[in-house]
Amino acid sequence: MHIVICIKQVPDSAQIRVHPVTNTIMRQGVPTIINPYDLFALEEALRLRDAHGGEVTVLTMGPPMAEDALRKALTYGADRAVLLTDRHFAGSDTLATSFALSQAIAKIGETFGSPDIVFTGKQTIDGDTAQVGPGIAKRLDLLQLTYVAKIVSIDLNKREITVERRSEGGTQTLMSKLPCLITMLEGTNEIRRGSLDDALRAARSRIVKWNAADAGIEDLTKCGLRGSPTVVKRVFAPATRAEKAEQIDTTEKTPRDLADELIAGIFSRQPALEDELAFDGDA
Amino acid sequence: MLNMKRDTPPPAAGRASTKRELPEHFKDYRHVWVFIELERGQIHPVSFELLGEGRKLADKLGVELAGVVLGPAGEATLYAVAEAFAYGADLAYLVEAPLLEDYRNEPFTKAMTDLVTTYKPEILLLGATTLGRDLAGSVATTLLTGLTADCTELDVDAEGSLAATRPTFGGSLLCTIYTLNCRPQMATVRPRVMAMPQRVNKPIGRVIQHDVPMVEEEIVTKALGFLSDGQSSNANLAYADVVVAGGLGLGAAENLKLVKNLARAIGAEYGCSRPLVQKGWMPADRQIGQTGKTIRPKLYIAAGISGAIQHRVGVGGADLIVAINTDRNAPIFDFAHLGVVTDAIRFLPSLTEVFTHRLSPHSRDKLAN
Ligand SMILES: Cc1cc2nc3c(=O)[nH]c(=O)nc-3n(C[C@H](O)[C@H](O)[C@H](O)COP(=O)(O)OP(=O)(O)OC[C@H]3O[C@@H](n4cnc5c(N)ncnc54)[C@H](O)[C@@H]3O)c2cc1C
Ligand SMILES: Nc1ncnc2c1ncn2[C@@H]1O[C@H](COP(=O)(O)O)[C@@H](O)[C@H]1O
Repeated sequence: MHIVICIKQVPDSAQIRVHPVTNTIMRQGVPTIINPYDLFALEEALRLRDAHGGEVTVLTMGPPMAEDALRKALTYGADRAVLLTDRHFAGSDTLATSFALSQAIAKIGETFGSPDIVFTGKQTIDGDTAQVGPGIAKRLDLLQLTYVAKIVSIDLNKREITVERRSEGGTQTLMSKLPCLITMLEGTNEIRRGSLDDALRAARSRIVKWNAADAGIEDLTKCGLRGSPTVVKRVFAPATRAEKAEQIDTTEKTPRDLADELIAGIFSRQPALEDELAFDGDA
Repeated sequence: MLNMKRDTPPPAAGRASTKRELPEHFKDYRHVWVFIELERGQIHPVSFELLGEGRKLADKLGVELAGVVLGPAGEATLYAVAEAFAYGADLAYLVEAPLLEDYRNEPFTKAMTDLVTTYKPEILLLGATTLGRDLAGSVATTLLTGLTADCTELDVDAEGSLAATRPTFGGSLLCTIYTLNCRPQMATVRPRVMAMPQRVNKPIGRVIQHDVPMVEEEIVTKALGFLSDGQSSNANLAYADVVVAGGLGLGAAENLKLVKNLARAIGAEYGCSRPLVQKGWMPADRQIGQTGKTIRPKLYIAAGISGAIQHRVGVGGADLIVAINTDRNAPIFDFAHLGVVTDAIRFLPSLTEVFTHRLSPHSRDKLAN
């Protein structure tokens, strides 16, 4: 079985700082990580390979430094890593991103064997759209299984796959066919500690680096800014509320006094609430 | 480079060169459409929130607002059509087929793209639910058009283009995105981000029924089963009128009962900040914020939550925010309306007790006399 998993290198967003005047992201010194959601997909890919045999290829599109993310994925046990990097990809939106990635996946298929499953994370923490996975599926004409909580079974002979996927009001069980694209739900597994062997291998491994032409992309107008139907017109900081919270004075008050005062404050601002709460609460 | 996908504005030069003229064949794309999400007979309320928002856009543009209903022939589907009118639609597009019973990507994508290419809307809105996000990505890619995901604000500018604003970088910044030279302009919006419009009793209006030739045999993916969550927290938290939430400031898993007790006393739902989910103190569907639920209660009480931007974006729609925190400089006080600088672990039991007392019928009778 050949599994391709798409990962993205993202800034460790908890530590992002925004320049107070220019409203741009201050990237300098911001550590990068593998998009946390992608680790669930990676682990699932590795488990499937361990159970059924085969190979796991990790793919990322990004700047040259995204190689770090790939190397990290190799230390977890991925077999091969492909970095898709080209200035022409700069400014890609989800449509252009899914175009480039799908072309690279097709090329991976030609070069290393057709994938049976393509995995992506549920979403990224920087782009945060959850659309790149479905975009790839559509472009490669793969059956699309999103928000997968569990892979129930795979029958490689019949090329059948059964999964449980999260829907708004419950869990849906779907049976589909390979090849398919799966976006993995978070919290479904835990990324393994890579073995020492894998770490050594990762350090030695050569990462396959492709530019647009290497990936077989001829039409550059479908890439990057030019290939993106959406444009960012304006970036701005969320408005702060003019006034701060009104503080209840706590000096020399018992918790009960404080509670009295807070509740009075709540009901004076939302008078209708008192009746509603009395009605709802099982007090 | 690519990593900057939607994180930062493209360089000024790049931006200027993206100012493209809308191709002639897109100029007859008109009207605003809202996908009415119907799953297993249930309409997701986000559809109504979108109709409210779509109404405003349509009025600004001077065009019609349509609800799009995809489902099997039957009562639930008809009801969805009726509700679309009750929440503001001028007309409805309806595709009825037995294979639209359970949600599956293939037939829904087919039905939706068929409708779009036949009737040509300029704006198409969907809920950013698991279903809506699964569908929107496929539809946008099939139509090769732009899609702005998880918007928090929608507007049309002077030239009639959709201005879709969404948080970026985990909510640290907002950006406004346009789809310049493609139609329809697509956007998804998370449940509870937009206000619920007033429902008005109104007869069913114009319904355009559209046939999409599809046979079950050609649909590869089969729905084998569905296990409903029942009346679990999932829907309730997002749509609760009163929410009490705890954060890391509560210090230990067992202190979460203080939050639950208060919630029970006042008939509220309870939730939490993300670290509590990561620690396994609370299930993921209780998380409030950017990567959790967006809530819009009349009253939100946050105890031991610092108010990080990712939390804040999930609660900004609350009418009244009360924060309990030991640190008077905690960022939550920048957007809460009422604050108490105190130890939540000591304070919550008293708050629960006083609330209980005040809300009990007995004490209320006394007050009335
Ligand atoms: C991509 C991304 C997505 C995220 N999504 C979310 C999300 O959806 N939701 C979310 O909540 N977070 C999210 N976060 C995390 C967010 O950035 C914060 O780290 C998190 O909200 C902090 O949780 P907290 O307020 O409970 O903890 P802390 O920030 O540690 O704050 C604890 C607070 O408790 C106070 N405190 C301490 N002791 C007491 C006491 N005895 N009584 C009262 N107060 C006390 C402290 O003063 C402090 O203000 C996300 C982060 C990233 C990077
Ligand atoms: N530049 C990229 N390179 C590789 N995979 C990506 C890239 N961008 C997005 N993905 C994949 O698509 C998923 C969804 O991303 P997004 O649509 O940005 O939320 C991610 O979890 C990744 O698996």
